[in-house]
Amino acid sequence: MSQSTIVPTGAPPEQAARQTGAEKPRLLLSEQHHLCPGCGEPLAVRMMLEAIEEVGMAEHSVGVVGIGCYTTFSATMDVDVIQALHGRAPSVATGAKRMVPDSLVFTLQGDGDMVNEGLQEVVHTAARGENLTCVLINNGVFGETGGHMTATTVVGQRTKNTLEGRDPAYHGHPILIGDILAGLEGTAYAARGSVHNAAGVAGAKRRFTKGFESQMRGEGFSFVEILTMCPTGWFVPTAEGPGYLDDVLAEVHLTGDLKVDGRVTTTEERRAETARNAAEFDRMTRAGGGSDD
Amino acid sequence: MTEPGRFRFMEGSEAMAEAAIAAGCRFFAGYPMTPFTELLEHLARRLPEEGGVCVNAESELEAVGMAWGAVATGNRAATGSTGQGLALMQESFSEITRAELPLVIFNMARGQSDYFQATRGGGHGDYRHIVLAPADIAEAVEMTQLAFHLADKWLNPVLVYGDYLLAHTSEAVKIDRVEFGPLPDKPWKIDGRLAGSGRSRNVNSLGFEKGEAGIDPETFWKRLAAKHEAIAEEEALIETLFTEDAELVVVAFGSIAKFVRYVVKELRAEGIAVGFVRPITLWPFPSEALARAVRGAGRVAVLEQNAGQMIDDVRLAVLGEAPVVGIGEISTDRSGFGVGAIHDAEFIAGRIRDTL
Repeated sequence: MSQSTIVPTGAPPEQAARQTGAEKPRLLLSEQHHLCPGCGEPLAVRMMLEAIEEVGMAEHSVGVVGIGCYTTFSATMDVDVIQALHGRAPSVATGAKRMVPDSLVFTLQGDGDMVNEGLQEVVHTAARGENLTCVLINNGVFGETGGHMTATTVVGQRTKNTLEGRDPAYHGHPILIGDILAGLEGTAYAARGSVHNAAGVAGAKRRFTKGFESQMRGEGFSFVEILTMCPTGWFVPTAEGPGYLDDVLAEVHLTGDLKVDGRVTTTEERRAETARNAAEFDRMTRAGGGSDD
Repeated sequence: MTEPGRFRFMEGSEAMAEAAIAAGCRFFAGYPMTPFTELLEHLARRLPEEGGVCVNAESELEAVGMAWGAVATGNRAATGSTGQGLALMQESFSEITRAELPLVIFNMARGQSDYFQATRGGGHGDYRHIVLAPADIAEAVEMTQLAFHLADKWLNPVLVYGDYLLAHTSEAVKIDRVEFGPLPDKPWKIDGRLAGSGRSRNVNSLGFEKGEAGIDPETFWKRLAAKHEAIAEEEALIETLFTEDAELVVVAFGSIAKFVRYVVKELRAEGIAVGFVRPITLWPFPSEALARAVRGAGRVAVLEQNAGQMIDDVRLAVLGEAPVVGIGEISTDRSGFGVGAIHDAEFIAGRIRDTL
């Protein structure tokens, strides 16, 4: 992240203003995106692209993109892209990875795509220990259709077709997909992060980096889930989205490492990591919002 | 393994697997289902020996997805099943067609009831597949290789329509690689090597271009429709026999056509003015050639092993110039070979004589 400095305004500047940091990651062809202001998906995608660059695979990466709001990034991410059908990206990525095993192969899928339509795909791909990374950006709604219930919508969450909130007696319970995948033998690495604040965004990049490095070491299936805000699909004002994510979604889909070095983490460990991240966020905000993480 | 140029007695499934390998197929994914299973078995054993990959997919939905990803890397790749399994793959087939990927699909069908599925498809939107229907194992060896060539030539899926008889019977065949001529390069292939260059690639079914804002579906779909019209004009294949002076022309495709051809020759030897037409491509349907072949015939009979599907295309081709009657039927057995009463020269001869 770029450094922030306090600009003195009591006197004319000593030198002309100039840009000191990149406006966009190298692996984006355009600074423009077509998603809503306040959406968490562009943040997650940006961290993913920066992580690809950091692990040194910028010139060797293949993305398989599912169907959702994020599909628009298939045109602007500067990686080779195969656009898949809704839910089918893990299988398409399997075929691609088997034929170009030296490439970094990842999927980009939303919760409706991965956990509703394509649940068996991601589960089988993980169980097979397929050496690729599945990326889930999870906002608990079908954002593209306008905010409808998905398989990850948490109990009580209001959506366009659960207007009074998800009632488990009537609508059933959410699937915590990261937890399920972490428990499978073929999964080498699994983690869930969020982009609801600066510490979360920085942490999201770390999780992407770990997942991609696991793939590069040939350890098997890796999984990175990022919780994102959906300003138009949630029944909360845009500015309250990050807080709602933290209080409601992340309270059920606990963030943290889910499986590292072959060991599934405990709920207590995940809550402890969340607490550490919250403390880091406090430290960063007290420091004026800047960080070189 | 087969030595080029030498005949070997082998099952049709093995011959088609060897033909696919001879054509350069290096990826296959499938899910067992009779009578497709043996094709999967042979490829699971043979592809790794050739440096290729065969994945035993957990479902047909995943099999077609894997083949999609593999073919997008520029490698020759295929999947298959029976019509029942292909029913599950239809959504992907239509997307893969719009993504302009050269996928080869095998339908080792339980008879001929998948004609509509093969030629119309069950997916969404405007799309077409080339469909090749070999009559015997030797022709299946050539058609399998032609399938990979046509797929690469047109960047369009090609389906090979087989059945129990092709899959489960054995003949002496030789597997020679057939050359069909030069093909264009694959600059679109997804191998990750242009990532980060500003020239990365985007294989998609929506008409997205890299870096472009939004899509223009109308232009994209019209270009695909024009391609399918060009395929229809160029690629239709047909076999005709004794049609010049035939009073009755019998139309059949696939395995059953081999029986019909035999019977027509026998009837000719008796002096009966009967002719034979076999569409080799079911799409594009050889409508013009068929119309020419039946010109002057008083009657056209369609013998297919189903309730009457190809007869629609025959009627569209003949356009009322002659009456078209169906003389086939749903016909199968319980032996596991899918051979019904219809697979019998006397039965077929009787049906033809009744039509005269």
